[in-house]
Amino acid sequence: METALGYMFLAGAFALIVSMALMLARLIGGPTLYDRLLAVNSFGTKTVLFLCVFCFIIDRPDGVDIALLYALMNFIATIAVLKFFNYRALDVNLNRVSVKGEDA
Amino acid sequence: MAVSLNASSVAIPTIALDIGLMALLVVVAFAIVRMRSLFAIVMLQGVYSLVCAAWFVSLDAVDVAFTEAAVGAGVSTVLMLAAMLLADRKSEPVPMKRQWGPLLIVLIAGAAMILAVGDMPNYGAANSPANSYVGMDYIARTAEDIDIPNVVTAVLASYRGYDTFGETVVIFSAGLGVLLLLGLNGNAGRWRAKPNGHRVFRPSAPAAAVSKTSDETKPNETKKRRGRPRKSKASTPDGGDK
Repeated sequence: METALGYMFLAGAFALIVSMALMLARLIGGPTLYDRLLAVNSFGTKTVLFLCVFCFIIDRPDGVDIALLYALMNFIATIAVLKFFNYRALDVNLNRVSVKGEDA
Repeated sequence: MAVSLNASSVAIPTIALDIGLMALLVVVAFAIVRMRSLFAIVMLQGVYSLVCAAWFVSLDAVDVAFTEAAVGAGVSTVLMLAAMLLADRKSEPVPMKRQWGPLLIVLIAGAAMILAVGDMPNYGAANSPANSYVGMDYIARTAEDIDIPNVVTAVLASYRGYDTFGETVVIFSAGLGVLLLLGLNGNAGRWRAKPNGHRVFRPSAPAAAVSKTSDETKPNETKKRRGRPRKSKASTPDGGDK
């Protein structure tokens, strides 16, 4: 029973690697900046999921903590990249940015 | 290399997962070499770090994976973007004539590494250097010497405390040097290169861009806040040297 569950996790991990490869294809071929940004973000999510599944495969569920860190890093990195591309700086206070400012 | 790490229950072979991750790494590396769009290359470097970190977890090097995720995928992506904004968005293709020398060096270095693999101890071997000298001593005595549960922290901060102190000094002085070169008045990130190399001072916060008349006051207003994030960025790679 335990082994069957483990192999199911293994198959899930394989599926995640395949979807990571698909994201990679979009990242390499993606024509616009936003395709690539979304591909990176989605790739990070796939990595988080892969880590969760992997930690259950090797029977160490405490590794989910690392997956949590990855999720946080992924989010912060995406925000940072978007900020950089819109404002060329990281210290922009997003609360004070007006909608008009995006056109300038 | 990828022996399943649980001794108690049934071992599930995860070597195929490792092969999949390594294949992804190879694809990403070739894409980084071949692509011309620097933004895509920066994004691919972040992806490379993520896959690397996942592979480190599969090698049971969880703390290295932590550092790789935080420094490689997080901080250096942002730093690379900052560097890219100072330069062009595209890289010029290098003619093949100038690539034979680097290719030769890379091939020689790779062959040397593959030769060296033969001398590596087996994964988890009892008489490998990591297991035979002071390592077991640290593991045995950490509980009574340092009285904390994490052996890695005990080794870094106590047994090799002077080592870590030296690393911290090196990183700190490197960050200090960079800050001194870029300028401490908070305008460091605001110099942008034009394609012809002519430098233009342009406050780039959107509020300043909207009200062009207040160009002089906006950078001064942000002076105080710029110091701290830069400092924390400079000290974050500290974790990467563990």
